[in-house]
Amino acid sequence: MIATLEQPQQAESVKSALIVASLEGVNKNYGTIRALRGVDFRVRAGEVVALLGPNGAGKTTAVKLLLGLLQPNSGRARVFGGDPTNPENRMRTGAMLQVGRVPETLRVREHIDLFSSYYEKPMALAEVLAAAGLEKLSDRKFGDLSGGQRQRVLFALAICGDPDLIFLDEPTVGLDVEARRGLWDEIRKMVTGGKTVLLTTHYLQEADALADRIAVINQGEIVAQGTPAEIKAKTAGKRIRCITSLGLNALRQIPGVTEVKEDREAVEIQAAQAEAIVRELLARDAKLSGLEVTSAGLEEAFLALTQDTSSGITQERNRSN
Amino acid sequence: MTTTTASLASSSSRIQGSRIQRSPGHTATIYLKEAKYEFLKNLRLRMYTVSVLSFPIMFYVLFGLVLNSKQSLAGTPVPAYMIATYGTFGVMGASLFGTAAGLASDRGLGWLQVKRASPMPPFAYFVAKVVTAMIFSATIVLVLFALGFAFGGVRMPVGEFGRLVGALVAGSLPFSAMGLALGYFTGPNSAPATINLIYLPMSFCAGLWVPIMFLPNVVQKIALAMPPYHLAQLALGIVGAGKHESNAAHWEMLAAFTLICFGVARIGFQRDQDKMYG
Repeated sequence: MIATLEQPQQAESVKSALIVASLEGVNKNYGTIRALRGVDFRVRAGEVVALLGPNGAGKTTAVKLLLGLLQPNSGRARVFGGDPTNPENRMRTGAMLQVGRVPETLRVREHIDLFSSYYEKPMALAEVLAAAGLEKLSDRKFGDLSGGQRQRVLFALAICGDPDLIFLDEPTVGLDVEARRGLWDEIRKMVTGGKTVLLTTHYLQEADALADRIAVINQGEIVAQGTPAEIKAKTAGKRIRCITSLGLNALRQIPGVTEVKEDREAVEIQAAQAEAIVRELLARDAKLSGLEVTSAGLEEAFLALTQDTSSGITQERNRSN
Repeated sequence: MTTTTASLASSSSRIQGSRIQRSPGHTATIYLKEAKYEFLKNLRLRMYTVSVLSFPIMFYVLFGLVLNSKQSLAGTPVPAYMIATYGTFGVMGASLFGTAAGLASDRGLGWLQVKRASPMPPFAYFVAKVVTAMIFSATIVLVLFALGFAFGGVRMPVGEFGRLVGALVAGSLPFSAMGLALGYFTGPNSAPATINLIYLPMSFCAGLWVPIMFLPNVVQKIALAMPPYHLAQLALGIVGAGKHESNAAHWEMLAAFTLICFGVARIGFQRDQDKMYG
């Protein structure tokens, strides 16, 4: 691979060798819809990266670009330093995509047998079945499986070639809590074996449970990147609920308050830290009652993060109009 | 046909960049497995086997063995004549449904993308569909012959039998090509209806249900443009009931039709690529 790099880039090759998949300044449009806008995104060897965003954010588009199933309008997608459509790279890649219909009359082991045959050094069938938790289902026809079991089969097809890089597009979408946790366990087992994984999800909890690093994507743009702790810290805060005679404007002027809204007879105050604000509230309103302090949930934090950017975009648009 | 398949293969390799260096044995294994599982998939699909196998067999038993078995058509006993016509009918159905319905569904519902993201040799997918259609075609012809042999007194020299089966199974190719073309231009839901819309009228006009000489003159003229007519005439010629037109002309018509269909399928293939690569 290094040999194919041009001379001046050779100094960079040591660094870029660690990057197994990247989108570089990628724009992708479907007609007038801008699915991805200037996306820069890197996955390093041995890392589990979650691409987190709401439905329609561009997650699947990003994965398909990295699989060479789509081509960017501008910018480029690279896998192992080369073109994702390069068959050599496809040999080292496995993918779990969202599929409407999988041939239902083939048995689990038959599906795995066929996909394994495409690769040079596939895993043994028993190993694949064990890794995907399908040992007892290997003779079942795909059409007779439950939703969670079907996802496990697609997962098995993604890993059966023992690839270095695995793409999991919404691996647990539509699964109940139990099935989701089951699949998380399988994914965790897999990544402890040193694989590089890019997964997409719209559950912050899932990204948090599996990923070393999270990139938050919304409306085709990466709006935040970092470790799960960093992402949560960026958004997580406290929610203070109380009944008070203080006006909304007065509350907004308390230092540290990020948001205030009325909630029936009470007010809800958002802030990074609760203590100073609670002290201030009690000092200003002796009759304050019904005080509750809660942590903002992960999902709420994520919502806040993506909603902020969409309102930012709206403002930008308004300015440009 | 060779040129089209070659260009299909080369265009996919161009799109994919360099080829993977697999051993010939490994490549053969992939093609075999792809065909084996395509066959098993269809064999277990009741909708496919029931419609594709049972209709020609049922019609043959009813019209060839139960009702008219003592009569002759064009100097050939009806049970032998109808192996040729219902054989053509069966081959056409097995080939069209085997290729078009599966391709339209795989394309429309995402399965083909999963396969394309894998290192599967793209051509293996199409070869598997064509080979499977041929196996089902051969099965239908052999079942019809066995029934005719057992219950209709059909006897023919081994060479003639070989040529009859060979011609009909080779005749699967034009309809597989047509099926691939249809599969690229229909959706998962519209494919079966579209196939029937073409398959049933074509079969009628080609004289596969009502023997061609009983059809109105107009229809007999239309038949000349129908690929199944030419396949049926080749098969009828072998059992001694042909219209004594030139066999070469029938083969040429079928070859031209195959080329056109592969050409249309190739446009569809390219269109799918452009949609992804545009």
